[in-house]
Amino acid sequence: MLDYALRRLVMTFFVVVLIMTFLALLIQLVPGDPVRLVLGAKAPEELVQSVRHDMYLDKPVPAQVYYFFANALHGDLGVDFQSQRSVTSLIWTALPHTAILALASLALAGLLGVPLGVYAATHPGGWLDRVTAVATISLITMPAYVAGLLLLLVFSVHWSIMPATGTGNLSNPADYLKHLALPAIALAVTWIGYLARLVRTSMLEVLNERYIMAARSQGIRDRLVVYKYALRNAVIPTIAVVGVGLGTLLGGAIFVEVIFARAGLGMLIYNSIQTRNFPIVRGGVLVVALLFVAVNLLTDFVYHMVDPRIRVVS
Amino acid sequence: MAVAARDGKAAAVRAPAAGGALTRLGRLIREVARRPAGLFGLIVICLLLVVVVAAPLVAPYSPYAQDIVHRLQGPSLHHLFGTDELGRDLLSRVIFGARIALGVAIPAVLIAMFVGLLTGLISGYLGGGTDQVAIVGMDAIQAFPAVILALALLAVLGPSLRNVVIVIGVALAPGYARVVRAMTRAAKQNQYVEAELSLGASTTRIAVHHLLPNIAAPLFILIAMDIPSAIAIEAGLAFLGLGVPPPSPSWGALLADGFSYVLISPWAIIAASAALMLTTLGFAMLGETLRDVLDPKLSGTRRRRKKR
Repeated sequence: MLDYALRRLVMTFFVVVLIMTFLALLIQLVPGDPVRLVLGAKAPEELVQSVRHDMYLDKPVPAQVYYFFANALHGDLGVDFQSQRSVTSLIWTALPHTAILALASLALAGLLGVPLGVYAATHPGGWLDRVTAVATISLITMPAYVAGLLLLLVFSVHWSIMPATGTGNLSNPADYLKHLALPAIALAVTWIGYLARLVRTSMLEVLNERYIMAARSQGIRDRLVVYKYALRNAVIPTIAVVGVGLGTLLGGAIFVEVIFARAGLGMLIYNSIQTRNFPIVRGGVLVVALLFVAVNLLTDFVYHMVDPRIRVVS
Repeated sequence: MAVAARDGKAAAVRAPAAGGALTRLGRLIREVARRPAGLFGLIVICLLLVVVVAAPLVAPYSPYAQDIVHRLQGPSLHHLFGTDELGRDLLSRVIFGARIALGVAIPAVLIAMFVGLLTGLISGYLGGGTDQVAIVGMDAIQAFPAVILALALLAVLGPSLRNVVIVIGVALAPGYARVVRAMTRAAKQNQYVEAELSLGASTTRIAVHHLLPNIAAPLFILIAMDIPSAIAIEAGLAFLGLGVPPPSPSWGALLADGFSYVLISPWAIIAASAALMLTTLGFAMLGETLRDVLDPKLSGTRRRRKKR
C-alpha cells in the first residue's frame, strides 16, 4: 500500500509539473501579440508595455515558465487584465459556488441512481428493468447543456416556477437552494443514469456470490440481503468512478453556470475567454485541473482502502 | 487431420480477401441488427448518413436564407420546426448541422485514434522509461476535463473548423492510447508472439500481424462510443461561441441562438436538442451492442444472466 501510494504521488507530481508547464506556455500559442489583442490597437504604448511587464511577457520563454511556477507556489496567479484584481481572489470567490453545485449534483446522482440500479438488478428482465435500461442510456448520453436548457425552458420559462438566473445569496439558504435546484439537476442527469447502470451491473455480480446464497439459505429476508449484504459490496466500484465523474461534472459545470448565470468558476473562465483575459483563463483552468487531479488521487486511495482485493493485486 | 482442417479453413478465409472482410462485416451488421438497441442505433446512423450526404436535397430551404418578416415562428406547414431569430428555417439548419456534427466528430476521433494507436503501441511495446513518460503525458491531458482543455486551447488558438477538430482529437487521444497500451502489453505475453520473436521477427511485423488484430475490436467499440462524445463536445463549444464560427448551423450554435431568444420562442432549443439527443443515443446504442457482440466474455455473462 505504502509503495503504491508513493509511486502514485511521484507520478502525480510529474503530472502537475507538466500541466503547469503547458499552461505557462499556452499564451505562446496566441497568434500575434496577446496584450495588443486585449487592449486593442489604439491602446497607448506605455500601457501595453506595463501589462506585458506584469505578465512577464517581456522576459524570455523559460523565464516566463519559471515565474509562473514560482508565483503559483506563493498562491499568486497573476492579475486580471482589466480590473487589476488578483486572479487568486477572483477564483476564491467563484469556487464555493461551483463546489456546492458539484457536490449537490453528486449527492442527487447517488440518491436517485443507486436505488434505481438496485431495483433494476433485483428485477432483471422485467419491464421496469428494460425501461430503466433505455432511460439510463438516454440520461447518460444527454449533454449537461441540453439538460440545462430543457429544464430552463420548462420550469423557468414555460411554468416560471423556478428562478432562471442568478446564484442567490448564501446568507439566505432557502433562496440559494432554489437557485441551486435546476443547475444541480441538469448536471446530475448524466450521473443518475451512469450510477444506476453501474450499480445494476455490479449488483448482479454480487448477487451471484456464494455469501449471498448462504445468507439467503439461512432465511434472511430478501430486502435485508440486498440492502445490507449485497449493496455494501456493489457500491465499491462506484467509488472509483466518482473521481472521473467529478471531472465531467467540472466540465459540465461551465455550461450549466453559463445557462443559469451562476457566478461559479465555469462562468469566470467563460467570461474571461470572451474578453481574452488570459491570466484568469490560465488560473481558472489550472485550478480545475488541480481539483480533478486531487480528487482522483483521493478516490484512488479510498478505493484501495475499502477493497482488500485490489490491495493484494497491486 | 486437425492441422489440415485448420489450414483448409485458413486458406478459405484468406483466398477472397476483400469478399471475406465484407462477409464478416455483413455478419457483424446482421448480428447487431438482431438486437433492438443495435437496430435502433443502425437506423439512426443510416438516417443521419442519408441526411448528411443529401442535405441540399432533403432540406426545404437554404440554411442561410433569411426571412426577417417570419422570424421566431413556431412549427407550421411552411417551416416544420419553425424559424430562428433571422427567419432562417430551423429544419434546414438542423439538417445542415448534421454535416458539421459528423464533419467534426469523425475526423477528430480518427486523429485521436491514430495518435493513441501510435503512442499506445510504442509505450506498451517498449515499456520502461518510454512507457513512464507516455503515461505521465496521458495523465496530464486527462487531468483536464475534455471540454475545459478544448476551451483553453481554442481560447488561444481562436475558433475555426480545423482547430476544433484538432483540439477534440487531442482531448480524446489518451483514451485510445490507454486501451492500446494495455492490450499491447497483454498480447506481448502470448506464446505465439514470444515464438515469433525467437524466430527473429521484426518489431513492425509483430505489431502489424499480431498486435493490431488483437486490438482492432476494442478500438472499433471505442470509436463508436467516442463519436457521440465528440459531437457533444463540438456542440458544447459552439454553444459557448468557441466552435465552428457562425453562420454555420452547428447544433450548438442553434442552441446558443435559441438560448438568446428563450423568452420568445423555444423551437430552436427543442429542434437542436432533439437532433443532438437522437444522434448521441443512436451512436451509444450501436457502441453498446458492438461491445456485446464483439466481446465474447461480456456477451457470455449477459446471456447467462438473461436465462435466469
